[in-house]
Amino acid sequence: MKSFTKILTVALIGSTFLVAPVLAAKVPAGVNLAADQTFTYRALDEHSSIDPQIVEDVSGSEIVRDLFEGLLNQDGDGNLVPGVAESWEASNGNLTYTFKLRKDAKWSNGDPVTANDFVYSWQRLADPQTASPYAWFMEIMSLENAKDIIAGDKEPSELGVSAPDDYTLVVNLTAPLPYFAAMTTHASTFPSPQKVVEEFGTAWTKPENIVSNGAYVLTEHVPNERLVRERNPNYWNDSETVIEKVTVLVINSDDAALTRYLAGELDRTEIPSGQYPRLKKEFPNQAISFPRLCNYYYTFNLSDSGPEAFKDVRVRKALAYSLDRSVVTEQVLKGGQFEAFTFTPAATANFTVPDVAWGKMSQAERDAKAKELIAEAGYGNGGKPLAFELLYNTSEGHKKIATVAAQMWKQKLGVDVTLANQEWKVFLETRGNQNFELARGAWCGDYNEASTMLDLLTTPSGYNDGKYSNAEVDKLMSDAKTAADASANYTKVEEILAQDMPVIPVYHYTGVYMLNEAIVGSWPVGNVEQNWYSRDLYKVAK
Amino acid sequence: MFRFILKRLGIAIPTLLILIVFSFTLMHAAPGGPFTSERKLPPQVLANIEAKYGLDQPFYKQVTNYIVSIVTKGDFGPSFRYKDRTVNDVIKQGFPITLKYGFWSFVVAVSVGISLGIVAALKHNSWIDYFAVGFSIGAQVLPNFVMAPILVIIFTLWLGLLPGGGWNGGQWQYLIMPVIALSTSYMASIARIMRSSMLEVLNSNFIRTAKAKGLPNSAIIFKHALKPSLLPVITYLGPAFVGMITGSVVIDMYFSTGGIGREFVNAALNRDYSVIMGITILIGVLTISFNLVVDIIYAWIDPKIRY
Repeated sequence: MKSFTKILTVALIGSTFLVAPVLAAKVPAGVNLAADQTFTYRALDEHSSIDPQIVEDVSGSEIVRDLFEGLLNQDGDGNLVPGVAESWEASNGNLTYTFKLRKDAKWSNGDPVTANDFVYSWQRLADPQTASPYAWFMEIMSLENAKDIIAGDKEPSELGVSAPDDYTLVVNLTAPLPYFAAMTTHASTFPSPQKVVEEFGTAWTKPENIVSNGAYVLTEHVPNERLVRERNPNYWNDSETVIEKVTVLVINSDDAALTRYLAGELDRTEIPSGQYPRLKKEFPNQAISFPRLCNYYYTFNLSDSGPEAFKDVRVRKALAYSLDRSVVTEQVLKGGQFEAFTFTPAATANFTVPDVAWGKMSQAERDAKAKELIAEAGYGNGGKPLAFELLYNTSEGHKKIATVAAQMWKQKLGVDVTLANQEWKVFLETRGNQNFELARGAWCGDYNEASTMLDLLTTPSGYNDGKYSNAEVDKLMSDAKTAADASANYTKVEEILAQDMPVIPVYHYTGVYMLNEAIVGSWPVGNVEQNWYSRDLYKVAK
Repeated sequence: MFRFILKRLGIAIPTLLILIVFSFTLMHAAPGGPFTSERKLPPQVLANIEAKYGLDQPFYKQVTNYIVSIVTKGDFGPSFRYKDRTVNDVIKQGFPITLKYGFWSFVVAVSVGISLGIVAALKHNSWIDYFAVGFSIGAQVLPNFVMAPILVIIFTLWLGLLPGGGWNGGQWQYLIMPVIALSTSYMASIARIMRSSMLEVLNSNFIRTAKAKGLPNSAIIFKHALKPSLLPVITYLGPAFVGMITGSVVIDMYFSTGGIGREFVNAALNRDYSVIMGITILIGVLTISFNLVVDIIYAWIDPKIRY
């Protein structure tokens, strides 16, 4: 079970929050807007759904954030700003949240958006009949009865959410979550139109049927090719929306997407691995790289099925130390990625990167230390031979990094590494069943706070495929959930990880994009979760 | 002849049933299911989803339910991955696209390939022959995943003549590059088969007789040589046609055409069971039908064959 713990970006400790309406594209004074206000971007794959209660992938959520609006939104730096809710209040020791809804919010068919729409949608999310892959979100939001409803033991109508009047939404929780309000920026909590859903069933999201309450309406959808959304004149803040039309094109190949970007067919695309330096040189104002909330690591199998040698911390450290990360970031990836010596990316909000000694050393010092450690453990050159398999999911990029790592370990430590790759779902199953020795891992934070990363390495975590277990880490992480300021706990956990080395951190991701010069200025690079809203964007004239 | 067709159609039904059961079994045997993901679902949530899609039923029941629902309702079920769409939606949307660019690729491949083969055979060992052979070998060894990006660089980036991808309702500008990329290697094979079979026919006794009779060259070629030399080409065309109209992953991936080829591969990677089955059955039906068509054409062209 995922433990969605804290979102400290917004230190919301029960009181009233009335926020001035800071919303939509705030075009700075003096900016000359371009005549063409359309935005066309590339998606790697077709989204799975645009039904707020069903959507589970990033590309679908991007569309849902344009078509629908929840209680609260994020601004360009990830801060909370009002959405359909104008204000909210926590009471009863953070066990009750009351949201006041704006009266001018409308559905695209002109009907008012009321608190009952949220009640319906949240019940729908938990309802086993809906079978939403995000049903658990109601449970970690700690809504009353959510767990029993998902299990089918209670009726959806018993969910801890109610609408005393059309513009007041009251939520009752089973745990005092100080950060509850921030969770309402998640797409699964957005309203869906009851009448339309009931009339059309799963076909309600088709362009001819859909009714939505966001800044845009869906006008065209050719699956696997394009989806077009256009400005919604009924949106309450339409006057501040600048972008008229947003098109997402599904382009599976990174290279094809880049070619089409260069041909002027796209305003935004991902830069294929390794091409950033060249593009940055050629297009300094279009190639951008900024920190993301994601890490890339290798996990040791520390369970009984793992190799004996990995039970020795000196072996783990030797492998971690001798991996020269600069080769990975500067010669393989070349996209401004950060060398990682901690599990949590430095860009994470309220996270102080601990002073881990091995991160401070030079690579030569680390190599010397690694040789010392492996000799002490009695492995490698001159000791017992050490051989293991490095497993990753099939991809050219992962293969390059694995090859580099294997070579370094062979040269520096005399360790024999066999590379093995598996197709994604097979890989997940193999890793999940601890049928590996060393395996690739990567994680992107669900929210901007260190626990979204560090919870992975706790004993009860369902994602802890290496089966690392340290009681102190578990305690620090569980204390963090109720602590007023948990950053000290996270720093401490990272220090323990540097001692135990259950995983080898390799690098921290960056978002590496080509972005049309006209739109770069309004792109929310400061939002490390990359929750962007088209209504906040605008194109400036050349 | 009529009895032959009936018999073949009769065999088609058990063939399809075997195909369904076999694919269903293989699919379920693959590790990982449609709802396996890096972010593992809590057991209760997973159970609800599996119940919704009938995956909680015993295997034999899933297979029979599936077949019954196809036979009685023509319903291939909901897509497990694209939750807003059914398999019928997926096929209805993707197949016409594939059919369109596949059909045009077929037309181009057949017309150019056959002409090239005939000319090469007639001008045996001349520069035209060498050119045709060189061209077809070149076209065959140049895979379409190499050709597609080269085409885009030339026509989109350098010349700026054609859009770099997309479908846009299948306007001709969007059709040209996919058709070139898809048809070339088929065209090359057809040319080579046509050339060698034409050469063989031209050296046979009945052509020598025709020549001895003093028939004009054109009559010899079109009246006597063409029909028998087409036979091996036709054998090749049945599967080639199905191959083209059921699409190509490379074309769909590189040109973002949205056809069924990419959908099929995606479905396999996503373990989207119902979409895998839907497209498998579609390809199965098309293969069986076109093999039958080829057999009928065969009988019509070759007097030696009678059913």
